[in-house]
Amino acid sequence: MLEVRLTHTLGALRLDVAFEAPKGVTVLFGRSGSGKTTIVNAVAGLLRPASGRIAIGERVLCDTAQRLHLPPHRRRLGYIFQEGRLFPHLSVRQNLRYGQWFAPRGARSEDMARVVEMLGIGDLLSRRPGALSGGEKQRVAIGRALLSTPRAILADEPLASLDEARKAEILPYLERLRDEVDIPILYVSHSASEVARLATTVVALDQGRVVAQGRAEAVLGNPAITPLGAREAGAVLAARVVRHHADGLTELEAGGMALWLPRVDRPEGADLRVRIAAHDVIVARGRPDGLSALNVLPGVVQAVREGAGPGAIVAVDTQAGRVLARITRRAATALSLAPGAEVHVVVKAVSVAQADVGAAG
Amino acid sequence: MQDWLSPAEWEAVRLSLRVALWATLFSLPLGLGVAYALARWRFPGREVLNVVVHLPLIMPPVVTGYLLLLAFGTQGPIGGFMDSTLGFTFAFRWTGAALAAGVMAFPFMVRAVRLSIEAVDPKLEQAAATLGASRAWVFLTVTLPLILPGIIAGTVLTFAKGMGEFGATITFVSNIPGQTQTIPLAIDLLLETPGGEARAARLAGLSILMAAAALAFSEWMARRVAARVGGR
Repeated sequence: MLEVRLTHTLGALRLDVAFEAPKGVTVLFGRSGSGKTTIVNAVAGLLRPASGRIAIGERVLCDTAQRLHLPPHRRRLGYIFQEGRLFPHLSVRQNLRYGQWFAPRGARSEDMARVVEMLGIGDLLSRRPGALSGGEKQRVAIGRALLSTPRAILADEPLASLDEARKAEILPYLERLRDEVDIPILYVSHSASEVARLATTVVALDQGRVVAQGRAEAVLGNPAITPLGAREAGAVLAARVVRHHADGLTELEAGGMALWLPRVDRPEGADLRVRIAAHDVIVARGRPDGLSALNVLPGVVQAVREGAGPGAIVAVDTQAGRVLARITRRAATALSLAPGAEVHVVVKAVSVAQADVGAAG
Repeated sequence: MQDWLSPAEWEAVRLSLRVALWATLFSLPLGLGVAYALARWRFPGREVLNVVVHLPLIMPPVVTGYLLLLAFGTQGPIGGFMDSTLGFTFAFRWTGAALAAGVMAFPFMVRAVRLSIEAVDPKLEQAAATLGASRAWVFLTVTLPLILPGIIAGTVLTFAKGMGEFGATITFVSNIPGQTQTIPLAIDLLLETPGGEARAARLAGLSILMAAAALAFSEWMARRVAARVGGR
């Protein structure tokens, strides 16, 4: 368990946060400028916070009350940077081993062969970073951090500099990291789909403050918390693959309800997390009839949050889980949507992007 | 081959190599330290240090030689101290020639190394620190390999400058055959000796050859190292 409590002023930003990151991926989620990177740098020891305490379990890394500030090299944290930061003069193998040179003797060390296999970088070992693609570099950077026998892993938007295809290439490796490694992972992101796929815990930040923290489903399904604005809102459903059908659709089951999605590349029986973007959801008062959309879920309105503009976010509790819908205020009034109202939510199967479907964690 | 140059001229060549070698050996670690401090640290007196290091490049060499005489001559504060307590003399000895060569070449060393240090991304050094490397290890395993081309360039420049130093040397330690008479000083003397032009020309040709060889060597090394460091 990584515990972070700190205040710091950086330019116009006043940072004042406290949160905990248990095992699994804790995503620091918020717009750029909300202080995410500053927090991670403070945890890594690259920045000395004005006040605060940072600890992993019993091990205190920083406690300004005791004037304690361990230098970065004594913290044993694996930091995956946005730009990889591989050593250009070392081969991939030497980059991967770099942290092991400094790891304390007898520290439980990750097995090189296992990490290389997990990240699919076996063919790159003798190359130099200059000869790698962006996605390959980032996989090596993940391996390098992991092999330094860290007490926790920090990742500062490790996918931000990559295009969509490369992101799709790396996300599965990060999911495996989350599921196979037994330490906390603090992950900075401003991408809703990365959060939906990776987060076990979400810490939502806004202007240097924590506005919500907790299980990913709960934080993302809360209509009051839209750290990136209503445009990016979307809830996450936990689902299981039931069957792949001949017409290219995959049948999922979530809380006893059937969900239909374009072919999902997972075996039958696999547990998934599916992010349903709020702007892809339609709310209907009666059960809609003669509709092309395949996914119609009955539910009860839990909350309606009106924004400053013409839009509103409606949270609907269905059997499959919490769904957020982004509709106009006019529609909300016309349908007299209020907590307790019985509605149906409609989700077009094709609107769920592959990038929004990830392994459960 | 032995007849090509007179024994006195061979002595001048050997002396030049020795002077340049020692000047380089001392300039290298010191220049590395000063270059690192100038490139990476902010401290009071940083600008002063920068100016002092570069002064020999700007000032007339005779002035540098004169200042060396004042400080390191047997009557000077530093020279006197070293003479009486350590029994080590600079005045009118090859060690003085090496000191003059080193001081004159020092700005070249510092500039070359400093530029290469400034080209190293501090983010790489941060990354090394998060992987468990202490400051010293970061320097040895990341910074040093990445600035190797700059170090090689600085070393070769310093060596070549040390071979060719004239003004400060002749002012500080005079022109004594076998002690302080390096190639340029020998050429100077030959040019003033009736009938010495041919021999001066031979020495001049030799120093051109050695300078060209040093430059070619450094280019070749720098390319090899750059290929390895930035490499594919």
